[in-house]
Amino acid sequence: MEATTEKMVRVLQGNEACAEGALAAGVRFFAGYPITPSSEIAEIMSRRLPLMGGHFIQMEDELASMAAIIGASLTGVRSMTATSGPGFSLMQENLGFGCIAEIPCLVVNVQRGGPSTGLPTQVSQMDIMQARWGTHGDHAIIALAPASVLECFEMTVACVSLGEEYRTPTVLLMDEVLGHMREDVVLPDPEACEVCSRLMPDEDEIDYCPYESNERNISPLAPFSGAHRFHVTGLTHDRHGFPTMVPEEVDAKIRGIVNKIELHADDLALYEEFMVDDCEVLLFAYGSTARVAKSSVRALRERGVKAGLLRAKVIWPFSGKRLRELAKHASLVVVPEMNMGQLVTEVERAVCGAVRVVKESRVDGSLFVPAEITDFVEKEMGR
Amino acid sequence: MSESIEIARTYLKPQKKLPTVWCPGCGLGIVMSAFLRAISRHTPNKNDVTVVSGIGCTGRMPTYVDFNTLHTTHGRALPFATGVKLGHPDMTVVAIMGDGDALAIGGNHFIHSCRRNIDMTAIIANNCIYGMTGGQYSPTTPHGKRGTTAPFGNVEHEFDPAALAAAAGASFVARTSVYHARELEKLIERGLTHKGFSVIEVIANCYTSYGRLNKYSSPVDMLRWMKESAVTVKAAESMSPEELEGKFVRGVIAENDLPEFITVYDELAERLRADGSRT
Repeated sequence: MEATTEKMVRVLQGNEACAEGALAAGVRFFAGYPITPSSEIAEIMSRRLPLMGGHFIQMEDELASMAAIIGASLTGVRSMTATSGPGFSLMQENLGFGCIAEIPCLVVNVQRGGPSTGLPTQVSQMDIMQARWGTHGDHAIIALAPASVLECFEMTVACVSLGEEYRTPTVLLMDEVLGHMREDVVLPDPEACEVCSRLMPDEDEIDYCPYESNERNISPLAPFSGAHRFHVTGLTHDRHGFPTMVPEEVDAKIRGIVNKIELHADDLALYEEFMVDDCEVLLFAYGSTARVAKSSVRALRERGVKAGLLRAKVIWPFSGKRLRELAKHASLVVVPEMNMGQLVTEVERAVCGAVRVVKESRVDGSLFVPAEITDFVEKEMGR
Repeated sequence: MSESIEIARTYLKPQKKLPTVWCPGCGLGIVMSAFLRAISRHTPNKNDVTVVSGIGCTGRMPTYVDFNTLHTTHGRALPFATGVKLGHPDMTVVAIMGDGDALAIGGNHFIHSCRRNIDMTAIIANNCIYGMTGGQYSPTTPHGKRGTTAPFGNVEHEFDPAALAAAAGASFVARTSVYHARELEKLIERGLTHKGFSVIEVIANCYTSYGRLNKYSSPVDMLRWMKESAVTVKAAESMSPEELEGKFVRGVIAENDLPEFITVYDELAERLRADGSRT
């Protein structure tokens, strides 16, 4: 007999789905500071965490929020914060600490218009490069960009899991439209959500090294509450975690935190592909812009233009592999973004002149409309 | 003497991290020693202790002590400590900071930690200067005293860290100096034992920067200054503000039995769970 499980259809905001995803992924600590358009995530976590044996705290600013989630993660608790542009700027300091100390934690950035206070209630995709390079010094980052309410749930789970697997902070690049948009969704059963757990040393391991160099550059991370005592510092450190200025050790550390992520860019890459098989014009988009671009592809097809959409779900590390494959039969790549052209530079780097790449920018706080992209493409084609 | 050796053997990291980065004549060794003696009595199991610091000379202390140790970014020791404590409430969490770390770049975190009253202990080694960067004036450099960025004397006026902590709501506040080493040890132990946020300000001597710039002839000269300038809380009660000018008050400045954050939060959570509430 077929199992009949009643699936509950819910009408949720992206921010709500993100919070649900975090709880399903086992996040039990949230530290944050109120900021539009992400505050609903904090509000939901403050209601739900005490019921689930977790802790919520509203910190005095985003510097403190980022610090607190790293502290909590060190005790073995899955931890997150949520913010928007101005708060994300303040978090860069300790995001870098998380990168060098290699502590899993999730930062959700519901992007709004910038720079500075910018457009608190309106959409942008202006923090793409900040997610990659916002903190000083060489490092790598994992950043995902959802394009639907369901994906806000799924990618929150994925970010938590990837952070644990790669022992690193992860960033979920939502945007104001996704955060506040409502869609009907059937959320996956939390029990069915697969989340990696960080590697941990055996309790009786002798001479535990929290930063042992190995093939994948990912070492087991003991919880502060466990059997192993160790040192964690933002100074460049050796395999024991102690500060070092020995060139070989410094070199291994920096290459390690970059390579553990960047060398896996192609494995981590995830796309939605729409009508790309025969496409001559390829739209490359992500986040809520990609939803509009999909409509544009349909409109272009109706007008006889062989258009297709490659939607990047993983922004960082950036993988150019699929782009290069599709560029072989395309004559034009159009990259619409709600910024002055950020990820387009990676697209250009990836295709390396093999095909013409054109950016389309919208920076007025509004979402693209399909006709705008459609017209832009036709104009670029000289039609 | 044998007790000192025992403490050093038990609580300093075995991985040869010594000697410290601290200058000869620095007061931080006395602070570390007093802390280790106090913690040895309070939390015997080293796995149950996390020591958190920020940046600066004082920030290096976790490197040497054999606990879970977290050397964070400048000014952020307390928010990192807050995360550790909330992640694992059974942990004894101690933040050790310098005056610039705790009160300038970390000033906002400091006052809010005092207000929140999470059961942690903050030790502020106050040497009135940025030592590691070479002697720039700090938020506790007294008015008129010199720093490398106050070459003609400090134009600004200093914070009184203990008074600031008490005003911000810290439930246990004490102050002493590295000259009063035994008292320091006892006050740290009382801070550790106190349920709530405890602040222990310890006046320390940075001879290399502060002493040199302000005409103290030696580290001993600075300790003598501490001995002569310290007034007990009891003695201070009968002194006029003029008589207290240039002195510092030592002892327990504030001690209040206030609701502790995690206790209140967890009790509330338990009630909500019992109600089956999903508000």
